[in-house]
Amino acid sequence: MLKKIIFQFLALSLIFTYSAQSAESGGMPQLNPEFWISQIFWLVLTFGLLFIILSKFILPKISNNLETRKSQILENIETADKQREKTEKKVKEFDKIINDTKVEAKNFFNSERQKVLDDINNKRLSLEKDIEKEIIKAEEEIDQLKKTSQEKVTKIAIETSSDLVKQLIGEDINKSSLSAIVEDLSKKEMEKHNGN
Amino acid sequence: MAANPMYQFNVYRIGPEIKINNIDISFTNASLFMVISSLAILIIFNLGTKRSIIPNKIQLLAELSYSFISKMISDTAGSKAKPYFSFIFSLFMFVLFCNMFGMIPYSFTVTSHIIVTFVLAAFIFIGVTIIGFIKHGLGYLKLFVPSGVPMVLLPLIVVIEIISYLSRPISLSVRLFANMMAGHTMMKVFGGFVVSLGIVGGWLPLGFSVALTGLEILVAFLQAYVFAILTCIYLNDALNLHH
Repeated sequence: MLKKIIFQFLALSLIFTYSAQSAESGGMPQLNPEFWISQIFWLVLTFGLLFIILSKFILPKISNNLETRKSQILENIETADKQREKTEKKVKEFDKIINDTKVEAKNFFNSERQKVLDDINNKRLSLEKDIEKEIIKAEEEIDQLKKTSQEKVTKIAIETSSDLVKQLIGEDINKSSLSAIVEDLSKKEMEKHNGN
Repeated sequence: MAANPMYQFNVYRIGPEIKINNIDISFTNASLFMVISSLAILIIFNLGTKRSIIPNKIQLLAELSYSFISKMISDTAGSKAKPYFSFIFSLFMFVLFCNMFGMIPYSFTVTSHIIVTFVLAAFIFIGVTIIGFIKHGLGYLKLFVPSGVPMVLLPLIVVIEIISYLSRPISLSVRLFANMMAGHTMMKVFGGFVVSLGIVGGWLPLGFSVALTGLEILVAFLQAYVFAILTCIYLNDALNLHH
């Protein structure tokens, strides 16, 4: 089927080209000089006008547009560069400020802490002094109390022992001999205490 | 007659016959498409001249083609070719738009006529030669004497160089004309196959026709580019004499 179609096609094409060639009695119309002058005239006219209008009016505008666009783009790039530099500067300034403030804050914090620590130290020192004073006072008081208490104790002991003796025996005993005994005893007691 | 693949290249008068001193300069279908192409270029590029920093689509198109051709010229002919930018730009756009308008069915392809391409090429050839002689004086003739050639071969080489230089307008014009004519003829022939083979066998040539349309659009761009870049190369020879 396909072969048949191709064969038909080839045969018909041969016939067709033959008929076409035979129909072409005048040959190439391009070689007929009848309208040559007219074609040259109109070519020169249209092409000349086209050339003049393009070169005088249209092409300068297009090149102008291209130039302005180019220069504008360059300008824009320049301004963009400037702006970028500016922003970089600002960013640096900003960083610097932040660093400075950080350092300042640290310093401030440190100094404040030092102050507080000093304050605390001072207070502690003064407190310690106070406490020492108090302690010394208290020790003195205690010492005095010790002294007075011993005397009182011996006194009391003498009195009680004299009272006891009076009740037991029913008679007064010489106070000096009693006090000598009590003192002797209390000394022994004290030695015992101190010996410990 | 419509089946004749060459019929599409016929030039016929539109409107009255205009004669100046017995010379026929009537408005034809070729003239019509030259006018349409030029107007289309002017309209598109005039819309592309809006002064806005962020371009719209047409402005982008205009500016991209501007920088494309500007880059092409500076790559092939150097910075000295800058004054000729607008000429090469108009040339490229004119050839491109004529080729592209020719791709519309039932339209006429201006550049498929040897006389049009030859006038363009001859103008370029003469202009480049004049520029070369103005820039370098008689030293421009050194173009025909390449350096480093043995003395024995020199006469032959000079003759070859002169012939190749003189054939530049012919090669430039015939290249564009033949490409456009061949492509359009081929499309017409395949279109004729579609009709004559009918619904049974017409699909194959139809596919070819579709593929050829894509190819022809590519060729239309490519030939305009080649035309412009060869002009740049000739300009380069005239501006920077390397030989």
